[in-house]
Amino acid sequence: MKQINYAQAISEAIMEEMNLDPTVVYMGECVGDRYGDKSFEMPISESGFTGLGVGAAVSGLRPIVEIMFIDLVTVAMDPIVNQAAKMRYMFGGMTSVPMVIRAPFGGYVSMSAHHSQSLESWFSSIPGLKVVVPSTPYDAKGLMKSAIRDNNPVIFSDHKRLGGLAGEVPEDDYTVPIGKANVVRSGKDATIVAYAFMIQKSLEAAEQLSQKGIDVEIVDLRTTLPIDEGTILNSIAKTGRLITVAEACAPCSVASEIAAIVMEKGFDLLKAPLRRVHAKFAPIPFAVNLENQVLPQTEDIVKAVEDIVG
Amino acid sequence: MIAKDQALKVYQTMLSIRLFECRVEQLLKDNRIYGPAHLYIGQEAVATGVCANLRSDDFIASTHRGHGHLIAKGGQFNRMMAELFAKSTGYCKGKGGSMHIADTTLGMLGANGIVGAGLSLATGAGFSAKVRKTDQVGVCFFGDGASNQGTFLESINIAATMKLPVIYVCENNVYGVNTKWLTVANHPDIADRAVGLGLPGKIVDGQDVTAVYEASAEAIERARNGEGPTLLECKTYRYRGHCGVWGDPRDPQEVAEWQERDPIAMFAEKLVAEKMATESQLQDIEQMLEKQLDEAVKFAENSPLPSIDEATTDVYAETTMKIDVSSQAKTEATPEQDLISKYWEGSNQ
Repeated sequence: MKQINYAQAISEAIMEEMNLDPTVVYMGECVGDRYGDKSFEMPISESGFTGLGVGAAVSGLRPIVEIMFIDLVTVAMDPIVNQAAKMRYMFGGMTSVPMVIRAPFGGYVSMSAHHSQSLESWFSSIPGLKVVVPSTPYDAKGLMKSAIRDNNPVIFSDHKRLGGLAGEVPEDDYTVPIGKANVVRSGKDATIVAYAFMIQKSLEAAEQLSQKGIDVEIVDLRTTLPIDEGTILNSIAKTGRLITVAEACAPCSVASEIAAIVMEKGFDLLKAPLRRVHAKFAPIPFAVNLENQVLPQTEDIVKAVEDIVG
Repeated sequence: MIAKDQALKVYQTMLSIRLFECRVEQLLKDNRIYGPAHLYIGQEAVATGVCANLRSDDFIASTHRGHGHLIAKGGQFNRMMAELFAKSTGYCKGKGGSMHIADTTLGMLGANGIVGAGLSLATGAGFSAKVRKTDQVGVCFFGDGASNQGTFLESINIAATMKLPVIYVCENNVYGVNTKWLTVANHPDIADRAVGLGLPGKIVDGQDVTAVYEASAEAIERARNGEGPTLLECKTYRYRGHCGVWGDPRDPQEVAEWQERDPIAMFAEKLVAEKMATESQLQDIEQMLEKQLDEAVKFAENSPLPSIDEATTDVYAETTMKIDVSSQAKTEATPEQDLISKYWEGSNQ
């Protein structure tokens, strides 16, 4: 094992896959020669170059398209949602679209409303896409490798605040499968389901709760499409309580979906109503005190857990 | 100049499109098929003239009006008709219909329900050819309507900058749905936009298949030689309303005037005048195509509907890329992080 950070892990995955497969290319704004002659500098034309990536993916390449901030994907929705996601189905399985759309997300960065959003829920309701939201260097590298090798369009949404997070990764080639959650902390009193930066907040909350004698289990979803229902339900079978934690607003979100899954398939497992810890229903504000008010904080998680662990 | 040995094939392709579309129109009128079908009648010279210069491994991106493009790229009546009948034997197994008809094995990347979407797809195919160091080209067919989408500027700018092997073929058929070009643009010629984007732009008589053939031959050769993209504006006209048999609000006088310069009739006249074909040869071709269409309709009608089990298949490719890790060179942790993460380090910790 070696110690690298989350951002390095992503870069390593990309470089290793480029070494393995000459059709892997990287494109985006200000990418310079980050990956040598496999990097392609694009103008500020997210719709144009995302569509270019789709066209390249159906004609022999495995492109990774970088959207500098996921917020900017709003001007590139057609190539992702109408083209990449649907081409295989619309054409009766005749083709596949092996591409990665790398789109960093998340707040807690004082970048206000256009550079802080969490949009994984949007993409998680589109058939044909996969959505990856890693929380550690190990997962980031292994999931990026899986995303590149996958023959479907994958939204790889890394969290902006995790870039410097250090962690161990194996020396040898490995992948983390898309669609498999990870129990990152074992506990018996309640299950927290979270992903990306919210794992850090949840771990902090778990530490505080343990001092109060409450032992929480934390499930890192890793991917929000598909959602690993089995791991969530198994955990709830053990703890009987569920708290979801996400930076996205709650209505029609991944958290809503998890709640619905648990209602349909795990209702009898619950000893108390579930809780969703989420962003308040507002755009992300600039002032740090306001941003902290809108986004979930460790105390919010602690309180939600305490509310339902009676 | 279209060579003598190719001329009859060009004629046959144009006529195939015309007769296929007329058959589709009749089937719609008779309620034997359903759904939107945007007919290409009147524009046949454009798809035919361009695709006559393409190889089967070249790529084309199409529009909502895509039947003609697929036929010109080598699409088969049977599978096309079956798709319009929503049958399992259709090109898309009944999942796409007219607006998504495709044959990626012929490099036809699909008709498209989103106006302007094909511009970036064809650009990507050209990019792919360049990166893979082949001499394939990407061709984008699009309409005057798509010229006002952002993807027009974005895609062509990228292709011009990177000298990608792409040919942008604008089929200016005067109307975007029912809106006339000059009510949504302040200049008559879309080709003029090429000047600002730094690539050659040329106005082509879209009713003259020879003119389309020659202009696209030059553009395709340029692209294959690594000299970059070209914008061709083919002035053309659709004889029917925007979609299927939904009606046509245009001035019938205007429609009649365009029909006086019918691309197929003009080319037939030329073939006979220049003794490249006889009237009876042309009639034989027509009879043969009508017979093929009869068979295609029969094939489609006799084909089974898609099984309802197919409703949720083909959403995902099940396979992943097989990687041989034994050959892998180990990569060291990079001292430099990527720009984004670098930017965030230390912020609001």
